[in-house]
Amino acid sequence: MRVAAAGVDRLRGFMAPVIDFEDTVVLLGRFPALAGLTMSVDPGHIVLLRGSNGAGKTTFLRTCAGLLPVSQGRARVLGFDMTVSRREVRPHIGLLGHGSQLYDDLTVADNLAFWGGAVGADSADQRAALEAMEVSPRLWNISVQKLSAGQRRRVAIAVLVARRPRLWLLDEPHAGLDRRGRDLLDGLLGAAAAAGATVVFASHELDRAEVVADTVVDIGGGRTLAATSLPRGTAGEGTGPDDD
Amino acid sequence: MMTELFVDAARVARKDLLIEWRTRVTINQVIPLGLLIEVVFAFAFDANRSLLEQGAPGLFWVGVLFAGTLVVQRSFTVEGPDGITDALRLSGFRPGAMFLGKAAAIFVELVVLEVALLVGVVVLFDVGLSDPLLLVATTVIGTAGFALTGAIYGALSLGVRVRETLLPLLLIPVVAPILLGGSRALEAAFGISTQPGWNWVGLLTVITGVYAAIGLVAFGPLMEES
Amino acid sequence: MSGATDRGDSRHLMTSSVATRILGWVGLAAMAVMALLGLVVSPRDRIQGEAVRLLYIHVPTIWVAYGSFVLTAVASALYLWRGSSREDRGRHYDRIAGAAGEVAVLFLALTLVTGMLWGRITWGVFWQWDARLTTTALMFVSYLGYLAIRNMPADIEARSKRAAIAALLAAVNIPIVHFSVEWWRTLHQKASIRSDRNSEITGDMFATLMFSLLAFTLVAAWLMIHRYRLVRLEEIREEEGLALAVSARRAEGVNA
Repeated sequence: MRVAAAGVDRLRGFMAPVIDFEDTVVLLGRFPALAGLTMSVDPGHIVLLRGSNGAGKTTFLRTCAGLLPVSQGRARVLGFDMTVSRREVRPHIGLLGHGSQLYDDLTVADNLAFWGGAVGADSADQRAALEAMEVSPRLWNISVQKLSAGQRRRVAIAVLVARRPRLWLLDEPHAGLDRRGRDLLDGLLGAAAAAGATVVFASHELDRAEVVADTVVDIGGGRTLAATSLPRGTAGEGTGPDDD
Repeated sequence: MMTELFVDAARVARKDLLIEWRTRVTINQVIPLGLLIEVVFAFAFDANRSLLEQGAPGLFWVGVLFAGTLVVQRSFTVEGPDGITDALRLSGFRPGAMFLGKAAAIFVELVVLEVALLVGVVVLFDVGLSDPLLLVATTVIGTAGFALTGAIYGALSLGVRVRETLLPLLLIPVVAPILLGGSRALEAAFGISTQPGWNWVGLLTVITGVYAAIGLVAFGPLMEES
Repeated sequence: MSGATDRGDSRHLMTSSVATRILGWVGLAAMAVMALLGLVVSPRDRIQGEAVRLLYIHVPTIWVAYGSFVLTAVASALYLWRGSSREDRGRHYDRIAGAAGEVAVLFLALTLVTGMLWGRITWGVFWQWDARLTTTALMFVSYLGYLAIRNMPADIEARSKRAAIAALLAAVNIPIVHFSVEWWRTLHQKASIRSDRNSEITGDMFATLMFSLLAFTLVAAWLMIHRYRLVRLEEIREEEGLALAVSARRAEGVNA
């Protein structure tokens, strides 16, 4: 806990943190998936969550998205108090989970129009997002069901791009993507962080992830075990910690 | 503010209808099932012409109720996968817009179902039409009530593992008054009964209004957690 | 996490107290007295004969059931509107709503069974499509749905919230169903047989009816209090388990 606290302190900048958890407990049924987690992330950072299966990474991401109630402790995301109200934060979140977030029976373009339209992304934004993930235009009018797993993943990421979230929460974003897809994603995350957005992602593919991230947070047993700054990631601009 | 609500509701409805258009579940499966229900009733009543004619309005609504429950079921099955339910919560759509949008799409699908069922009832049970306006008013308002109620209970059973059985148990007792009012009004519209039918349309309107109001208030909390 | 430690300090807690033990015995005695009054002391009715004795169960149980439904609805409304601002997050209201709902369904089942037996003897049929009967039957099914929601496996707060909404919907639905069924019968059938016929209950019969209302109310109260306490104990057990679960969870991280 000492180590964790020291590491967390190093993350703090002079700006208000985007994520500010203190002794946060989150229950899944009766199971405390987060058991007093403390973490603070400043804007513009790209944070890699590292930890074994069941460490609490996914629960942490879902809590940040305002999808799970906080049982004990403090939790603020983008300035919203998650213990009181976790609805307001949601439209500012881009969450890439394990499950498909696309309607299988709709086309790629329909999905973009529906999810993007909800936050006012116009058709130019939608097209740009698909192009950014290099989803070939011949797929735009094909139903998602017929896409390969990797293509779906690209479309799901394109939906996030079109929605321009202030906080990106990604669970194993590289899984299922080919080399080119991963490069595109890394580029997008770097650009988002450079533009002031914040990225938190969980990954097991460390050699890949550590290139993008500027900070690594180790999670285990529903708590923060350690936080380490990395030498500036390839794409991360922003306020990298300066103590290495 | 208000227009935004309806614009978003239209987006949700359009999405649901697009899914139906692409998959044709209502057209290819639910409508034939509704017709099958009518035919099975004819078997049960031993194809007794006068009995079937007398019972036609009720049998029509029974078909709507059971086949319609499947329409509601289907409407919430597409929102069932974890990723979709989460994405809807994060989408920025207001709960009221989701409620009205889902209800509107269910309404449109039910109307298509009802047109088929009406033709079926006229052909199979040999009923005539004496008051077309009453027929239209009854089915439109009764269906709106059913669609709104269905959207509320669909959300209530969203994410529940036993949804397939829970939804009919919850929904059917609640829409029983629609069956009752709708059947009596249609008896007048078909000229089977001389009782006034428009009173029942009044009752259906009240039911529709009540459930529209409830849904707008309750849909937020219902979508909140699973 | 073993079962024994999980139970923690809640082991010595029970669902009974001195007051409810007395209440239980008084209720039991009242039921015995009611049986005596209803079966022996009170006279047979001039029109209904011995069947009138069924009404000493039928009428009080429906009153208690209706009262419990009102309690469920009020407690559910309080849960939705006041629950989040309370320290216990409205668990108190939720437990009242659940306990009352269960008792109401039980008593309504008694009402329906005794009513059908009474109908068979008096009308010659088990079931009349009369407004009260039909409404009651639909209500019974709605509240079975309510209990189904209460028992579904889900996060406790999500489940309570949905159950509360379902309870309010069921309550709103009672007048709608009643009105439409009432209207349906009056328009389409010669005046149906109404239970008004037993309005001539006086004297010993009236006293017996009132006494059995008291007896059933006592039993309902006893059942509700115990259901409430049982649910509370289950919740306490879960909360005591939580502290252990949190430390066990933290240890996972150290060992990893």
